Amino acid sequence: MAEILVLVDHVDGAVRKPTLELLTLARRLGEPSAVFLGPGADSATEVLGRYGARKVYVVDAPEVDEYLVTPAVDTLTQLAERTGPAAILLPSGPDGKEIAARVALRLGSGLITDAVDVTAGPEGPVTEQSAFAATYQVTAHVTQGVPVITVKPNAAAPEAAPADPVVEKQDVTFGPASHAVRVLSRTPRERGDRPELTEADVVVSGGRGVNGAENFALIERVADALGAAVGASRAAVDAGWYPHSHQVGQTGTQVSPQLYLAAGISGAIQHRAGMQTSKTIVAVNKDADAPIFELADHGVVGDLFAVLPQLVDEIERRRS
Amino acid sequence: MKIVVCVKHVPDATADRTFSEDGTTDREAVDSLLSELDEYAVEQALRLSESDADAEISFLTVGPDDARDALRKALAMGGDAAIHVSDEDIEGSDAFGTSLVLAKAIERHGFDLVLCGMASTDGSMGVLPALLAERLGVPAVTHLEELAIEDRTVTGRREGEGATVRIQGALPAVVSVTDRSGDARYPSFKGIMAAKKKPVETLGLSDLGIEAAQVGRAGARSAVDTATRRPPRAKGEIVADEGTGGIGLAAFLTTKKFI
Repeated sequence: MAEILVLVDHVDGAVRKPTLELLTLARRLGEPSAVFLGPGADSATEVLGRYGARKVYVVDAPEVDEYLVTPAVDTLTQLAERTGPAAILLPSGPDGKEIAARVALRLGSGLITDAVDVTAGPEGPVTEQSAFAATYQVTAHVTQGVPVITVKPNAAAPEAAPADPVVEKQDVTFGPASHAVRVLSRTPRERGDRPELTEADVVVSGGRGVNGAENFALIERVADALGAAVGASRAAVDAGWYPHSHQVGQTGTQVSPQLYLAAGISGAIQHRAGMQTSKTIVAVNKDADAPIFELADHGVVGDLFAVLPQLVDEIERRRS
Repeated sequence: MKIVVCVKHVPDATADRTFSEDGTTDREAVDSLLSELDEYAVEQALRLSESDADAEISFLTVGPDDARDALRKALAMGGDAAIHVSDEDIEGSDAFGTSLVLAKAIERHGFDLVLCGMASTDGSMGVLPALLAERLGVPAVTHLEELAIEDRTVTGRREGEGATVRIQGALPAVVSVTDRSGDARYPSFKGIMAAKKKPVETLGLSDLGIEAAQVGRAGARSAVDTATRRPPRAKGEIVADEGTGGIGLAAFLTTKKFI
């Protein structure tokens, strides 16, 4: 079976969940080979193997951390030329998409971004994407070269398939483009104890109706009661009530959790584009005509400052 | 400094957009306008020109006749001139075809800085700035929320995955900015009138030395198999809170096994 190159997304060797989803999808297409850039491969190999990586290619060069995007482009392009993979999978996101596009251009390959599913087809991988604020489902395939595909978080549930990976250190020649954009500093965002927005099974979001930064404590209380990540609408973020890294919507993060709770969010198209593929949607809003109720499996027309505290109390009562 | 801002004419993102039978965006069904995310790039170009008397701003688009409306909107906001690449063989181009056309037009015009939005609001791939940089052989200083140019060096803040990154590259360069980079101005009446007199150059593929087979459907490297409207979500239960809304919500979440 042909190799499938999977670019590993990690923080100092701690592999992020979307990579495990990519390995799971890659097994439908061939034999996954993880491509690990930077230091920390030793601590990552076990988990990569557990999710089915047959090989781990390691490129640990200073360029990887010192320059933006292009060192990964040189790496994947050269590995693709050496290994002749049947597909290359990367995580969607600003970095992953830029890497993917440049690799595809260099290889003369087609590119598909933001896939929400990938399956094996008669002519190679078939992808599913959401389009037009998630009102459409599109299936597509690459018609030229090695398919390069970026995949959104939560596209598949990670499934373990233990393998004992062969670790191969690879040398890569970094061209001038790999020294073009220097990373001056890197400040990791505070993670806190809550799950990451893109990876969370449950997301609790607040919007304009939350009416103030201090009131987001209530949204956080609900989130903690449900083990959820906290999201915010663009209106709430623009008002400075919650950090932009939590913005759910077309220009923020697009989420697809098992449960999405929208509080004080009217459901403008910009917001819907970021959440309407969620499995179950519930909404609390005092305006009965808010478009969010068109999406809701269960909606409460009422004051979120009455409904949400009662919800938290009831969750605690049912659990005790 | 010679600045080229790439803009796209897109179907209104707040309207009910559809696909044509051939899997391309239906441009007839709804009104089109300058992509909102490109307005931020236009704005940054105008701000840069305020501190650089030698700045010369051109807007560039590729698309059918009515794509000119996007150029007019940008010119009404400010800037000096525009370039419209239009050729029926371009129709159906993927990001590779489009980036080839744009790169050739940019090379022909000359540039110190190419400015782009973070993505279009229709295709929303967000890969064009990277492809332009790759084709032009210049740095891609992308996805910036904040930028400054000093001594022909671009420095900016990029909100990356899990981290904020400060990055730097030398001009000539491709820069893209996010919707966090600063609110775009509204065209003034004076600006709208002035835009009518600004030159718009129209180019075809032959002006750029591009063969028809390199772009359009013929040059596309991927194909859409199906585009189907997602079935509407089943109508849920909407209840008015009469003092037990939170308890009812908890009961619903329990039936769905979230509690």
